[in-house]
Amino acid sequence: MSMTERARRKAEKLDRLGELAAARDDERGVSLWQEAFRRLRRNPAAIVGAVILGIFLVVAVLGPFFVPYGPTDTIGIREGLVKSGQGIIPGPSADHWLGFDHQGRDEFSRLVVGARQTLLVGVVSTLIGLAVGAVIGGVAGAAAGLGGRWGRWVDGILMRVIDMMLALPSLLLAVSIAALLGAGLDTVMIAVGLVSVPVFARLLRGSMIAQSNSDYVLAAISLGVRRSKVALSHVLPNSLAPVIVQATLTLATAIIEAAALSFLGLGNPDTAVPEWGVMLADAQPYLGIRPALAIYPAVAIIVTALGFTLLGEAMREALDPKLRK
Amino acid sequence: MALLEVEELSVTFRQRGRRTVRAVDGVSFSVDAGEVVGLVGESGCGKSVTSLAIMGLLPRQAGVTVEGRADFDGTDLLRVDRRTMRDIRGRDIAMIFQDPLSSLNPVLPIGRQVTEVLARHRGLSGEAARREAAELLDRVGIPDPTRRLREYPHQLSGGMRQRALIAIAVACRPRLLIADEPTTALDVTIQAQILELLKELVRDSGTALIMITHDLGVVAGMCDTVNVLYAGRVVETARRRPLFTEPRHPYTVGLLNSIPRLDGGRGERLSPIPGSVRDVLPWADGCAFAPRCSRQVPSCVGGPPALVLTHTDRSYRCVNPVPPAAGPATPADSGTAPAPTAGGSAAGETRTTAVPAAREEESA
Repeated sequence: MSMTERARRKAEKLDRLGELAAARDDERGVSLWQEAFRRLRRNPAAIVGAVILGIFLVVAVLGPFFVPYGPTDTIGIREGLVKSGQGIIPGPSADHWLGFDHQGRDEFSRLVVGARQTLLVGVVSTLIGLAVGAVIGGVAGAAAGLGGRWGRWVDGILMRVIDMMLALPSLLLAVSIAALLGAGLDTVMIAVGLVSVPVFARLLRGSMIAQSNSDYVLAAISLGVRRSKVALSHVLPNSLAPVIVQATLTLATAIIEAAALSFLGLGNPDTAVPEWGVMLADAQPYLGIRPALAIYPAVAIIVTALGFTLLGEAMREALDPKLRK
Repeated sequence: MALLEVEELSVTFRQRGRRTVRAVDGVSFSVDAGEVVGLVGESGCGKSVTSLAIMGLLPRQAGVTVEGRADFDGTDLLRVDRRTMRDIRGRDIAMIFQDPLSSLNPVLPIGRQVTEVLARHRGLSGEAARREAAELLDRVGIPDPTRRLREYPHQLSGGMRQRALIAIAVACRPRLLIADEPTTALDVTIQAQILELLKELVRDSGTALIMITHDLGVVAGMCDTVNVLYAGRVVETARRRPLFTEPRHPYTVGLLNSIPRLDGGRGERLSPIPGSVRDVLPWADGCAFAPRCSRQVPSCVGGPPALVLTHTDRSYRCVNPVPPAAGPATPADSGTAPAPTAGGSAAGETRTTAVPAAREEESA
């Protein structure tokens, strides 16, 4: 009896040891990225941010298929419940969870469908900014860090262009670009994207210059590796962490800026398509009657931006080389 | 014919608003094929700048001037075009750096960093490169090499990292290795292992090695010929044994006396060299070491001291040298007369002789 018991326990113990050994084996070949991800998972702020973004993503992708009413269906007016001319805009009810907007459309449905627009604008504009900024910053950084005298010259020119972009206030720049290209969703995305170019460019450039002075770059050059290859396969991968963090943070500002442009009437001219910024603008004349109409999209914008910011800050911490053990 | 012949190498850094620094001021030395040559001196004496200049790794910008000659097998490394220099680096001459952690790319697995050189100079790729990389790691004594290839630098211990760096350096079987303080960042026990590994690699492959160090223990354990540098100039050159038994330049004597000795009496004071490397005289005005020298005489100042060549493989730059046999007594075999090493003595012969004051032998 006790023999079998002891044998069983011993077997269990061995199993556990085996598991531990296996787990240790898994740890082999862990890149810095994997380690950063592990740190990220332990950070409560990152979890909160990720949950917010998860909900936002699900709503944006799947929401439009499940909304109770069409986002452009003026059902409230048809049913005679909404008379905005007389200041009658009913609030939340069992059928309409967040009430109607001024045109008798279901506010909840519009909010849900609007999430997709917001996500689209945020992601696309950030990608535009990231792509353009990374190319300019990457070329400037590689030229300045590894390119010698000629490289510093190229870097100087590129950075003066970036400085000019930085000199203009971002919203003003976005408005001028939008005004130049005419109102529309593409315009909003391009404008918001271009505004974030200088940030990405400067960040990647600085990061690359700093990495160019490191020992492993000297070591690679001392082995006869070409400078272009050193820049691409050694310097660039080591310089990406701050850029990725910045991209996450930029998503937050991009959403806010896109909403601002839509609010100013530079967004999609088809105002029937719900967009949080447009909904804010629409709610403005009725602030006295139903301030909630402005509060819903505002809260949606703020919470989404908060989610990106929380995650971005947590990523910054996780990737900080100073915190590495 | 020497493999590398450095002649009157000078490196000057000029920066606006700062004092012009002549970091290397007419350094000459030579390295024969398969020979281990030490460049010894305090920090700031120009050891590392010398090696960077030879490798063409000094920043190419206004304000950095490199003069002199560095003949490597018939090519002047200081005047060769960039493309040829790139081909020489890593294939014919490779470097091992001081800090193994920062000299490895943190985001690339070790394997990628080894195969990169193999691809660059030997055209190996894919499975062939991986196999060769594993063999290299095995050769430098890294256990379980196939697994280590997938690991990242931060997962390896300091000694393993330095072994990996050495594997990368010897990947293309260079004819000359330059090791810039390869053991300074390591534990003493690991230091001994790494030195042993370097010795082995040099002996097996016939690679010449320039050992840059401030550690005379390393010199005693490894080098065939030693060049003592001071303020950017070679002040004494000798075979290893005569250098330790019969140092002629006061600076060499000072360096030897600065080493704490196990066999010294209790309470016996260390005798460091007074002052610091910064208290120098420009060589044009006399001996740079004169301000710190205990054997200073009036003729030290006024002009650069001439290089004195003796009948053995020795030269020194001093007007009032330490007389022979007045140097520090050797602890191990002080009774045996220091036989002057003949110029053509085989490298292997000198290596096998018992060497005094080898630090890594005490600590191992």
